[in-house]
Amino acid sequence: MTASKSYSDRIYLTCVYVFLTFVFAITFYPFWNILVLSLNSADDSVRGGIYLWPRAINFDSYKQILQDAEILNGLKVTVLRTLIGTPLALAVISLLAFALSKRDLVYGRTITLFFIFTMYFGGGLIPYYMILKNVHLIDSFMVYIFPNLMNVFFVIIVRTFMQELPLEVEESAKMDGANDVQIYWRIILPICVPVLVTIGLFSAINHWNSWFDSYVFTYKPNLKTLQAVLVKILNQYQTESFTSSANQMADSAKRNAVSSDTIRMAATMVATLPIIMVYPFLQRYFVKGMTLGAVKS
Amino acid sequence: MEAYLDKQQPPAIGGKAKARKWRKMKQQKYLYLMILPALICTIIFSYGPMFGLYMSFINYSPGGGSFFHQFFHSKFVGLEWFDYFFTNGDFYRVMRNTLAQSLLSLLIGFPAPIILAIMINEVGRGMFKRIVQTVSYLPHFVSWVIAANIIVTVLSSGGVINEILQSLHFIDKPITFLQNGHMFWWIIAFSNTWKDMGFNAIIYLAAIAGINPELYEAARVDGANRWRQMWNVTLPSLKPTIVILSILAVGNVLNAGFDQQYLLQNTTVLEYSDVIDTYTYRYGLQNGMFSYGAAVGLFKSVVAFVLVVLVNAWSKKVNQQSLY
Repeated sequence: MTASKSYSDRIYLTCVYVFLTFVFAITFYPFWNILVLSLNSADDSVRGGIYLWPRAINFDSYKQILQDAEILNGLKVTVLRTLIGTPLALAVISLLAFALSKRDLVYGRTITLFFIFTMYFGGGLIPYYMILKNVHLIDSFMVYIFPNLMNVFFVIIVRTFMQELPLEVEESAKMDGANDVQIYWRIILPICVPVLVTIGLFSAINHWNSWFDSYVFTYKPNLKTLQAVLVKILNQYQTESFTSSANQMADSAKRNAVSSDTIRMAATMVATLPIIMVYPFLQRYFVKGMTLGAVKS
Repeated sequence: MEAYLDKQQPPAIGGKAKARKWRKMKQQKYLYLMILPALICTIIFSYGPMFGLYMSFINYSPGGGSFFHQFFHSKFVGLEWFDYFFTNGDFYRVMRNTLAQSLLSLLIGFPAPIILAIMINEVGRGMFKRIVQTVSYLPHFVSWVIAANIIVTVLSSGGVINEILQSLHFIDKPITFLQNGHMFWWIIAFSNTWKDMGFNAIIYLAAIAGINPELYEAARVDGANRWRQMWNVTLPSLKPTIVILSILAVGNVLNAGFDQQYLLQNTTVLEYSDVIDTYTYRYGLQNGMFSYGAAVGLFKSVVAFVLVVLVNAWSKKVNQQSLY
């Protein structure tokens, strides 16, 4: 009996390992494929067949990117919006979360519902666009900042964290005559650093990844974020792959040594890299934050 | 808390209670100030558009005045835009695409994280487990722009999928995946699954971590092999989570997405790729039919809201039942 049991267990475990290896392959390999293509010489890439290793390794596409004014400007705008938008959002979110964490706040429930309602119902894209236009945010850098200051989901996570803190410290500070602002700034914020780091990372990633606001709500080329530039490159690639092969032949003569496709790979890598760099921090904080938010909401 | 205070000092007259409430609010003035920034943002960017939805009942023209000012200078048309949406033939196509892509994504994307979580749990606490789990949620954190760039590359005629299919002799010529309308729904479903499977597995892993180890002990004593343990202990323990998440997923069925469709589609597959959100964007902003776009958006918002409310009530009921 034990023999057959261990035999069936072995088959089961083999299936498990095969499945997990498959998952690993499909999630890791596409990124690897892009990396390899971005490191391969463009002339050589046209021949195809590059899947596991670069055949003719060089960094031309990255050099090209670092000279491309559009991509460099996009990178600058993206970094700026992330660095400015994230701390401001943290301030707005933590202030609201602190106020709503007070169970004796008069009309606290009504105010909470007022915010929660926006999670379930919205005006949709067109009226939103009209409002942005009306408050002069269309074609302005601030369209990246102001609409992203609030996030009800993040508020709930921070508020829950604050409500689970022991009350004693706050009570003794109150005895000493501290007002709510002092309690928020000196006592609550320092304790809330872990949850604020989690929310800050999420907010920063949202800023880094968002493309639609730049793509639709701005027109000036110098306001386009890296992701919006990348959308443009992607669109060009997709239209190119439609044009007949004859057209492409004529085109390729005009093309310079680094094909647009290799540039696309390199730009994709540049946009992915920061995500991979904050990954260790994400790992440490977000699992806890996510399960916390999920359980409570 | 308010009720507690009221009990402590029963208010003789309503005015006194009101005065006390007012005094308390004055004490809490800083708290109200702290709410203010978020309140202003929410009123402008969330409630503003809701009031702006009035534009779907008029023939809105941008004109010279401000947004709300124009409301009084545009012709009221009642439900004509909705009528137009339901009768011009687009409604059927757009709803079909939205529901098909949502449901296919659920069909593949809902079981995938459950299976992944169970399998990750089976391999103990080694390096292998950590690597697989860490890499599996990488796609979740990159933008759809990056994901679309990757998907387009992998599915291209010289891409790795075609290469594998050709070397296995399943096909002779490369398939042009993204120019084939019939494949678009499946591409979206698989892309969604690929992107979120690892991330969604986290919640199931948390649920698995909460299972009482004695249950496995008992199963082992009864002679259950690992497959049996998974089938008879792990899976039943996940049932409440699965039920609740599947109910909530139904409430989200109209949110088939925007990014993935918009970034992966092209004119040849529009017949199958167009979902409510891309349709709204194309007509409302690109073609300048503002009121029509707003009307389609309103239709979606209302139906989605009703769905979510129903589904929440349903999940509460299920939750209570599972308690007894």
